[in-house]
Amino acid sequence: MLLKLLGNDQESRFVLLMLLAVTLIIPLCNLIFSAGSAFYFSAYTVSLIGKYLTFALLALSLDLVWGYCGILVLGQGAFFALGGYAMGMYLMRQIGDRGVYGNPDLPDFMVFLDWKELPWYWSGFESFPFALLMVMVAPAILAFVFGWLTFRSRVTGVYFSIISQALTYALLLSFFRNEMGFGGNNGLTDFKDIIGFSLQSDTVRALLLMGSGMILIAAFMVCQWMIKTRLGRVVTAIRDHESRVRFLGYRVEMFKLWIFVFSAILAGLAGALYVPQVGIINPSEFSPLISLEIVVWVAVGGRGSLYGAIIGAVLVNYSKTVLTGLFPEVWLFTLGAVFILVTIYMPDGLVGLWKRKIGGFKDE
Amino acid sequence: MKYRVTYPVKFVVLVLMLFSFIGTSIAQEEATELTFSATVSRLKVRALTAKGKAIEQLAKFQNSRKILILQALVDGDLFEVRDSGQIVIAESKEDKYSIVLADNGNGIGLVESSAIKKIKLNNRLRSKIRSLVATLQLNSAAAEVRLQAVKTLGKSINQQSLFTLKKRAEIEKDDDVLDALGLVIALDNLNSTDRLIRLKGIETLKQKTSLKAVNRLQAIIDKNNEGQFIEPDAEIRKQANSALVKIQARLQVYAVAETVFFGLSLGAVLVLAAIGLAITFGVMGVINMAHGEMMMLGAYTTYVMQLLLPHHIGLSLILSIPAAFMVSGIVGIGIERGIIRHLYGRPLETLLATFGVSLVLQQAVRSIFSPLNRSVITPDWMSGSWQINDFLSLTWNRLYILVFCLLVFAFLLQILRRTRLGLEVRAVSQNRNMAKAMGIPTDRVDAMTFGLGSGIAGVAGVALSQITNVGPNLGQAYIVDSFMVVVFGGVGNLWGTLVAGFSLGIANKVLEPYAGAVLAKILVLVFIILFIQKRPRGLFPQKGRAAES
Repeated sequence: MLLKLLGNDQESRFVLLMLLAVTLIIPLCNLIFSAGSAFYFSAYTVSLIGKYLTFALLALSLDLVWGYCGILVLGQGAFFALGGYAMGMYLMRQIGDRGVYGNPDLPDFMVFLDWKELPWYWSGFESFPFALLMVMVAPAILAFVFGWLTFRSRVTGVYFSIISQALTYALLLSFFRNEMGFGGNNGLTDFKDIIGFSLQSDTVRALLLMGSGMILIAAFMVCQWMIKTRLGRVVTAIRDHESRVRFLGYRVEMFKLWIFVFSAILAGLAGALYVPQVGIINPSEFSPLISLEIVVWVAVGGRGSLYGAIIGAVLVNYSKTVLTGLFPEVWLFTLGAVFILVTIYMPDGLVGLWKRKIGGFKDE
Repeated sequence: MKYRVTYPVKFVVLVLMLFSFIGTSIAQEEATELTFSATVSRLKVRALTAKGKAIEQLAKFQNSRKILILQALVDGDLFEVRDSGQIVIAESKEDKYSIVLADNGNGIGLVESSAIKKIKLNNRLRSKIRSLVATLQLNSAAAEVRLQAVKTLGKSINQQSLFTLKKRAEIEKDDDVLDALGLVIALDNLNSTDRLIRLKGIETLKQKTSLKAVNRLQAIIDKNNEGQFIEPDAEIRKQANSALVKIQARLQVYAVAETVFFGLSLGAVLVLAAIGLAITFGVMGVINMAHGEMMMLGAYTTYVMQLLLPHHIGLSLILSIPAAFMVSGIVGIGIERGIIRHLYGRPLETLLATFGVSLVLQQAVRSIFSPLNRSVITPDWMSGSWQINDFLSLTWNRLYILVFCLLVFAFLLQILRRTRLGLEVRAVSQNRNMAKAMGIPTDRVDAMTFGLGSGIAGVAGVALSQITNVGPNLGQAYIVDSFMVVVFGGVGNLWGTLVAGFSLGIANKVLEPYAGAVLAKILVLVFIILFIQKRPRGLFPQKGRAAES
């Protein structure tokens, strides 16, 4: 059992150890050592790394459906954003009467729009457990409805990808509308605190990083375990030959639906962890470009290997941070080139390259 | 003593003034006998009453140049030469003026602007000249001119012009002019004191589609602030009401026609955007996420052509069509040879790689042309609108794009049906191996097909440059829509793409008044998603063996 959780190959265990180290050492160093010390990590680094960890979780969720079930979702960002919005709504309610207009019940943007009371779908979000539930339930419902409709009518491959892109595009357009009651163009921002603690404090930031890391590790282990179970093996079989699995008597659409909903929940969690660390959620998270970037993370790392997705997410995002800082013009060129080169020359990503090298040594 | 001297002086002045006054009035009497050119030269007098007289006299001459002169006067093109006092019509030529004699049209040549002096008018004279010119033009041989004249006269009607119009109505043959005459006369009938004439006027207005008629009829049935009818006569109110109902019913039809037109024009844009994709995706099965960027390249080609030919906007637009086809086509062939060729049979990978291409192209355009939108000038013959009546006007640029879309569609259909390339494309798409065995160079056909699809996208970009901003994100806005159109219409079916594009366009515009533009778009998207659940192969699925693969 434990072996299944940890993964039975060295690489998984190594990545797991690295994650554990990052999760523990960086927040502790940030809290214990003072600025100027060689071991000190700045608040900026802490929230940056925290962000990378949520992206890694997001990449993991996509790798599960794409790498193991062969469903290329071009709308994974939608689940991420939904989770983020659910968390954002909780944080919004936490502001209370400290907003610009000082209204104890309504968030600023609603006062601005001259709304008199909270819309019904905002009720309950003042409670943290409820918000946490919604973080998972909202993406799960969307994934369930969408997946049920598409998988049942056997929309597969490229068609599914394009429809999922249309889905996130439609959500992008609707969240831009002020009438939706999610802050329109500006989204939700100006958060003050979470469960009573200020979001600006170093401790909360460090704890958020730790939480992200822990949830990522837990999700990684659960995924490792899942793909080793019978369910996981059927899912992999569906990826390799869908109709054969169907002829063997498995209800393919149910397996697909299960894995799709589970992955949406993981993406929603990632979004919920992302929002308090970045301090804003707005409709641009729904844009098809974001969803495509997630695909690149997984493709670079190597799809079909869970730790590959994590490596890819961190690596691509790190280079994005560096490149957009140094030469903002070059980033899209790089991203585009990575897309092209990876798909043509490294179909299994960095993990594939590594394995081929190791395999090469072993053969000699 | 001083005062005694002044009195006679004042008297003399008074007498002199009196004489001069009589003198001028005598001179004016004589003016009726003056020649045409002398009358023309009288236009330069300062006094406005005298000028008004001169204008009236000018209008009485039987001379073909009089309308021209009066028009020039009202347009501010009539000048007096400072040295010679000749009256001339001047046309601005860079910083100088080219002048011709007003009375006989003989050219004098170029002069400095300081050498001539504009003949001034006031607003009263201006409207007087306008109605004079209109009255004169009422007898013009061209129906177009007569129609314009009736409309000008109708704006400020008086007894005299009404009389002229009624006279004209008796002998007028042209239907459009008769219609306009009828409207002006009927509107005036409403002012009559005679009840029967008013009823007759309402009866005529019933047939007219005019904003004025609607407003006047509405005024008849309106109530004042105390809730009483302004119009005391109940019969007239009843007739006016029934006339209004009738007109409103016609307006409904126009509203529907307008919605359909807007829908068709949006559909035309969608079809243009999707039709290239119908080739690359539908026929070849290649997902080209850089398709939108091919359109963007076409739009930027239009922009560059305009920079190259800044004085011939219309010509540059027409030349842009083949240029954009070449640019996007060549880039497309490059993409196919460089990237897609390695990825046949792996649609998801193709999708990702071409998405990479689209990012690179966007950033390239951003680096070369700046991230800001570029403006492409619309040629004269494409701007403005075709005013069918007060309630229905169709903009020319959208009308042209609709026609252009159909032409492109027909062109593409003919290529696929009648050319050798089309035959080979169809053969390869149906059975690649068999086609290869029959000696068709499939590699070359793939490249040419992809080039054709991309080239058509470039041509679509030329059309888009006329209605939206040309910027690096131009293509992105259309990529999801065009995939939806192709999938909705049925993959591999050009006619399906056409029908799908137009019906989605109309659906969008029908929903828009109820739901707003954004929500309408969302509803259409959701509808397509649900539709594909029911019919995964689109409106017109391919049948037979080709559909299986």
